[in-house]
Amino acid sequence: MIPLQFYLIVAAILFCLGLFGALARRNAVAILMGIELMLNAVNINLVAFWRYVKPAAPTMDLAGQIFALFVVTLAAAEAAIGLALIIAIYRSRDTVNVEDVDLMKW
Amino acid sequence: MSLLVFYLFAAIAVLAALGMVVLRNPVHSALSLALVFVSLAAMYVLLSAPFIAVAQVMIYAGAILILFVFVIMLLSPGTDQGVGALKAQRGLAILFGAALLVLLIAVLGGAVLPPTRGTFTPEAIAAEGDTQAVGALLFTNFLLPFEITSILLLVAIVGVIVLAKKRQSISKQ
Amino acid sequence: MPILVPDINLRIIAPALIVTVTAIVVLLGELVTPAERKRWLGYLSIAGLVVAAFAAFSLWGANASGFSGMVVADNFGLFLTLTIALSAALSILLSIPFIHAHEIDQGEYYVLLLASVAGMIVMATATDLIVIFLGLELLSLPLYILAAFQREDTRSLEAGIKYFLLGAFSSAFFLYGIALVFGATGTTNLAKIAASLAQSAGSPMLSIGVGLLMVGFAFKVALVPFHWWTPDVYDGAPTTVTAFMSVAVKAAAFGAFFRTFQFALPALALDWRAVAAVLAVLTMTLGNVAALLQSNVKRMLAYSSIAHAGYILIALVAMSANGLSSALFYLLAYTVTNLGAFGAVIALSDGARERLEIKDFAGAAREHPLVALALTICLLSLAGFPPFAGFVGKFLIFGAAVETGWAWLAVIGVLNSLVSVYFYLRPVVQMYMSEPAEGWSGIRVAPLVALALLIAVISVIALGVFPAPAIALAAGGLIR
Repeated sequence: MIPLQFYLIVAAILFCLGLFGALARRNAVAILMGIELMLNAVNINLVAFWRYVKPAAPTMDLAGQIFALFVVTLAAAEAAIGLALIIAIYRSRDTVNVEDVDLMKW
Repeated sequence: MSLLVFYLFAAIAVLAALGMVVLRNPVHSALSLALVFVSLAAMYVLLSAPFIAVAQVMIYAGAILILFVFVIMLLSPGTDQGVGALKAQRGLAILFGAALLVLLIAVLGGAVLPPTRGTFTPEAIAAEGDTQAVGALLFTNFLLPFEITSILLLVAIVGVIVLAKKRQSISKQ
Repeated sequence: MPILVPDINLRIIAPALIVTVTAIVVLLGELVTPAERKRWLGYLSIAGLVVAAFAAFSLWGANASGFSGMVVADNFGLFLTLTIALSAALSILLSIPFIHAHEIDQGEYYVLLLASVAGMIVMATATDLIVIFLGLELLSLPLYILAAFQREDTRSLEAGIKYFLLGAFSSAFFLYGIALVFGATGTTNLAKIAASLAQSAGSPMLSIGVGLLMVGFAFKVALVPFHWWTPDVYDGAPTTVTAFMSVAVKAAAFGAFFRTFQFALPALALDWRAVAAVLAVLTMTLGNVAALLQSNVKRMLAYSSIAHAGYILIALVAMSANGLSSALFYLLAYTVTNLGAFGAVIALSDGARERLEIKDFAGAAREHPLVALALTICLLSLAGFPPFAGFVGKFLIFGAAVETGWAWLAVIGVLNSLVSVYFYLRPVVQMYMSEPAEGWSGIRVAPLVALALLIAVISVIALGVFPAPAIALAAGGLIR
């Protein structure tokens, strides 16, 4: 069987790549994609922990999988709202670059 | 054998994620992200969680990504300059990402845990069906979070409509 | 397979449920309400919040948990529920005339605000990391939209997108933290995490998980160095939304923060208390120093809210029963005081034209003596002057810190309060000592704003002069 830490390390790499993308990109859509990648990385962790970790209580048996499902739903809701915001700002300013968007100082 | 499959999809996922981050054209980024999603679905199959695997492909690759591509097309893709021209910002991003990665790998690499022995072992799930097991729990032990999620989706719908719809000319008297 | 009966206990979630139902009724009501009657949707929302507050009050002392141990109706959660409901009701009172003046009076405003309140109540009463996370998202998503609600104004849209990107970014950290804690303990239930940690020592994986959880909370309550989104978002968002965000989000997020760390992770206290103490010092100091430099009242109040998060964090570092009750009292005191300050700022604006620069306040005392007095009282309370609510709150928190051997932290807190006096008094000096500025004519204070201001100021004084009942209520706030 594949050792647990293989999954955890893949997840860590994807999380950090997503983190890098979210911090380094200037396009709001690309930043949002980086965040989606981070959420996906967490999901690998959750499902892997379900498979490998002894649950502390019977009610927690499938928690990892179910939690992953909630995260998928949440990611969909977040993507919808984020993209709606991006379209709204594009309509008013004709740009999606966060730097151009910056009227206010950080 | 399964280890080989794991290596294959892990490599695809990491390379595609790297592509997503560095490719300048947002459409290419989005397609790389799709590749990440699909290879993660393969990993869920390896973890014997077929329901999550299908949900991953259907919702992430099928719905969320299509939304991204739509928006990118709508907003004309030529406008992106890729990774920030600001050297300081990119350097900081690399620094943060690398530092966290080293920390995580150092810690998680040592996490040795025996395979699970809960009620829902992969064997039990194979007998009962992943979808049934998840579904039954969603409506019993996890009823409350499930309902909260439904409100969350309602809020997302209302919010998106608020942002998108034309404001009716409000009585100015 | 056997048919499982879910552990449904609607009474426990009654406050959140009532708020959610109200939100849905308002959403449907929006369809049939003509444009000139939109304010009734606001009244309906307030009525729902009042009913929810009564439901919370009727649960007082119930100490029951439900839904497979995912939520609990303990006095700690109920106290926060009442604080959140109060802040939402006052914010709506301020909002009704405000959104009319800015021509954004849509029923969806109230729907989103109520949905956010439901998320806050869920977060404050949740005893499972899954539910805490979903509550956090349910409170955040509507706020992203509300921050961008004035979408004709680019600054509001930018506040929305900035808040969204940083919020989503921070929830990814929070989620990673939850996943690692889940992996290290095999559960997301707070009581079971505590039980599991009582048996076995923590692992490095758990420590990283707890660290990431802390980062997630720090983003939400705006602790330095995770605070930089705050001034821009607070500045750009519609003022009423800023008022609501600055108090209610803190109440909900600090509730979950305390519950997670003090209740589920006491085994790791040695580690996280030191980190929290450092964060508290940084947050108080940077918040107050940055507030000194602001010329815009909204930005000043944004930095001041950062500083106040630092004071509240001292109560977490104290990690005692007194620390807990002092934090509850402080959150209530801060809620009414800050809403009063924002209410006064809104009262002094001329329709859609807001007066947000400190120099705009010149001579306000002559033109609007009562509003000026209210603003003065609230600012003095924020600075921690007796006999107002803020003084009692700070006294309790610093007292709890000294009791548990964190006297140096309390001293830094006191020094910070002294620094803060300077910038809180600047608008007061402008109002009382300067010649009236231009443009005071034509400003009429809307009756609802005056009502909200009256409630806030009476609460500030009452909590300052007769704090005993509120302290007693807060002291009953056992965490289970």
